[in-house]
Amino acid sequence: MTKDLSQSFTARDDLRTEPRAMRYVLIALAIAFLTIFVVLPLALVFAQAFSRGVGAYIAALGDPEAWSAIRLTLSVAAISVSLNLAFGLVAAWAVTKFEFRGKTLLISLIDLPFSVSPVISGLVFVLLFGAQGYFGPWLRDHGFQVLFALPGIALATTFVTFPFVARALIPLMQEQGTQEEEAALSLGASGFQTFFRVTLPNIKWGVLYGVLLCNARAMGEFGAVSVVSGHIRGETNTMPLLVEILYNEYQFVAAFAIASLLAMLALVTLVVKTYLERNLDEGLRPSGD
Amino acid sequence: MAIEVQNIVKKFGAFAALDGVDLKVADGELVALLGPSGSGKTTLLRIIAGLDWPDSGSVKFDGEDALSRGAGERHVGFVFQHYALFRHMTVFENVAFGLRVQPRAIRKDEATIRARVKELLDLVQLDWLATRYPSQLSGGQRQRIALARALAIEPRILLLDEPFGALDAKVRKELRKWLRSLHEEIHVTSIFVTHDQEEALEVANRVVVMDKGKIEQIGTPGDVYDNPATAFVHSFIGESIMLPVDVRDGRVELDGRALDIDPGDVASGASKLFVRRHDMQVGPAGSGTLQGTVKHVRSFGPIQRADIALAAQHGDTLVEIDAPRDNPLSPGDVIGLKPRRFRIFAAEA
Amino acid sequence: MSATTAAGRRSTLPGFGLTMGLTLAWLSLIVLIPLAGLFLKTFELSLEQFWTIITSRRTLNALKTSFGLALLAAVVNLVMGMVIVWTLVRYRFPGRRVFDAIVDIPFALPTAVAGVALTSLFAQKGWLGAPLAELGIKVAFTPVGIFVAMVFIGIPFVVRTVQPVLIDLDVEIEEAAASLGAGRWNIVYRVILPSLIPAMLTGFALAFARAVGEYGSVIFIAGNLPNISEIAPLLIVIRLSEFRYADATAIAVVMLLASFAIIFIINRLQRWAQTRAPAS
Repeated sequence: MTKDLSQSFTARDDLRTEPRAMRYVLIALAIAFLTIFVVLPLALVFAQAFSRGVGAYIAALGDPEAWSAIRLTLSVAAISVSLNLAFGLVAAWAVTKFEFRGKTLLISLIDLPFSVSPVISGLVFVLLFGAQGYFGPWLRDHGFQVLFALPGIALATTFVTFPFVARALIPLMQEQGTQEEEAALSLGASGFQTFFRVTLPNIKWGVLYGVLLCNARAMGEFGAVSVVSGHIRGETNTMPLLVEILYNEYQFVAAFAIASLLAMLALVTLVVKTYLERNLDEGLRPSGD
Repeated sequence: MAIEVQNIVKKFGAFAALDGVDLKVADGELVALLGPSGSGKTTLLRIIAGLDWPDSGSVKFDGEDALSRGAGERHVGFVFQHYALFRHMTVFENVAFGLRVQPRAIRKDEATIRARVKELLDLVQLDWLATRYPSQLSGGQRQRIALARALAIEPRILLLDEPFGALDAKVRKELRKWLRSLHEEIHVTSIFVTHDQEEALEVANRVVVMDKGKIEQIGTPGDVYDNPATAFVHSFIGESIMLPVDVRDGRVELDGRALDIDPGDVASGASKLFVRRHDMQVGPAGSGTLQGTVKHVRSFGPIQRADIALAAQHGDTLVEIDAPRDNPLSPGDVIGLKPRRFRIFAAEA
Repeated sequence: MSATTAAGRRSTLPGFGLTMGLTLAWLSLIVLIPLAGLFLKTFELSLEQFWTIITSRRTLNALKTSFGLALLAAVVNLVMGMVIVWTLVRYRFPGRRVFDAIVDIPFALPTAVAGVALTSLFAQKGWLGAPLAELGIKVAFTPVGIFVAMVFIGIPFVVRTVQPVLIDLDVEIEEAAASLGAGRWNIVYRVILPSLIPAMLTGFALAFARAVGEYGSVIFIAGNLPNISEIAPLLIVIRLSEFRYADATAIAVVMLLASFAIIFIINRLQRWAQTRAPAS
């Protein structure tokens, strides 16, 4: 009797999953692939950074050029993230709280920078602000430096990271609907009170999520920034650009030391992202049921 | 506060959600907007609240134009169907919200706000839940908190959208009674939307029956039940037997056979005869004005409910009647039926 | 102020005019006008000039390298992505959650870091490059290197698009199929796979689009020999540094149109997927 039961159990299990050998082969394959393509490169970054010891690592990070790159990267990220945060909030409000024709088109246009090659994202600003660009001569005559300077780098980065905050907020706010805002209005709240007291607290995890991803991309952007930066040493090199320069000069420890900072940024981003995603799932639970 | 709605038209694309609606509600009334889904009742409520805007028509509060004001300036308390409680605020903060967002000039001090919220939570008998979050409450509790929140701003009008729609049957019955007594206590002009006739008839002073964007009838619960103004009201409220008849020269014919009833002033032509189930008087075969055979009987409480096949030219018509139990019916009996009370409406209505 | 929507009715919530105006203005300023500038620049070329640039041997080879290897990488990502997603969703093994998190690293790791890391890994003396060299396989500084970098950056796409669908897939469907006598292979092939196909195609297209435009992680390992291991984005950069703006613009427009086409197809796939989403 017990024997029969156990047999029927294995029979049922066999139909719901693959044979044991097959399972092991698939798991081994997945682990091997991820190890070769993801774990090893990541480990190599840190191994190379510390290959001449901690002293060399710290010395590499203490270099004035490294500091200049870190400062520039932080400034660019701060500018791009705050611009895209403001835009994301405004755009998400317009898209999710009202019905209008062409909404799908608008969302696709907001997404557009995701599908543009980073190099092209830089190129478009060269065409606008470069010496032969549409606004280049005017800017030169009036003494504005956009290309090969902070404004150009910030602009290209803003383009590349444009959709992040809006994309994080739109589905969330669509899901939450407009009832709580309507309730706030009928209780006498002004538009701004409604936004800051009702909407914003409801979407705070989404905002942080968008900012997090936006920031990671802003600090790590390479292609677009490479085209508009001009690579002026100690002035217009962001951290990723400095990695390239040091690497091409065979200063591997220095290159990987900077790279290790960026890799840590990526790891921290992933950990925080996992945490935020858990909060987001809870935030989506409707209050009505 | 009295409400006067005049000739409201509201279209969503080609669909007319409201098609020329007039309604007057006197100060202190408790009115139900009753109708099937899609009848426009919620749209009308949202327009009165300032959450939607009509294409044309006017809304007046005590003779003053309300449409020129936004939702926040109308002092209307609105209770949403799914409550729309602020999910990140405690129950206390939810109720306090309307007081906290008042312009600085008229905003009460913190102690007054706290006292007022406490008072409202006492009123809805949920003061012990003040520190909870909406997700920790039951449906009935959320409903009452939503009501307390709406009352916090001392609304001149209280609007409730399907207030009991999302609750289970038992809680719904309790809350109905509670809402009625609450209204007697605070006496604020109130309108609630429902698709449940029992709810409307039991709670409201007056019932507004709506269908397809129009008002079919306005009256007391007794009125709309006993004297339905249209075929729709008769079939929507209470259980009715409907027979397609012809009115010809002051006579009523069913299937070409004259019935012994008076059509009153109904014009000649295809019509509908409505009889309440309990208004069919049962007599021996040959008596009455309709003949039928009992098919099936269920007895419960004071009545027996019977399916009767009315003999007709084109197959039998099955009707359901309620009869007292003193004269038991059994399947196979041939009986005569006579409507004690009935209404006839022209068929196109 | 009362907001008026395109449907012509007043809306309840405030701020439509303000937020929509800001959205459109900012979108135009940062995205639409710069992109329009690119197309405008192309119109300064005659059709013949445009054609000459696009069909020059070096441009054609660069486009062929980018699109061809990206397609190949996307196929590998599709197959391996399915293996990974199946393992992560259906099996339990030590370290599963860590590997699940690791899948996102190619998204989060700056491309330049990925580029130098992959290059060092596969260089002749690298951890993997050395044993491969003994087998006579050269990866870094060859087209194979480009392919490897493209596989790396494409890993998350198929996994992350298919994963939620596979998780939501009703086990009862499988049990129903089993109770009808279907064997495991038939269940996977006839019952599970068809509901995953839309997500698989979307992930595949996203990985392909990303690989075509990829720059940072590729250029270090590519070797960048004209006509052999030179990708189209790099050729744009080279033309720019030579001040041959017309050439750079023409190549950019071709790539841009190609990615728009891919995005269009992705949208279609998603709509198609929604109409045939499995009932849950």
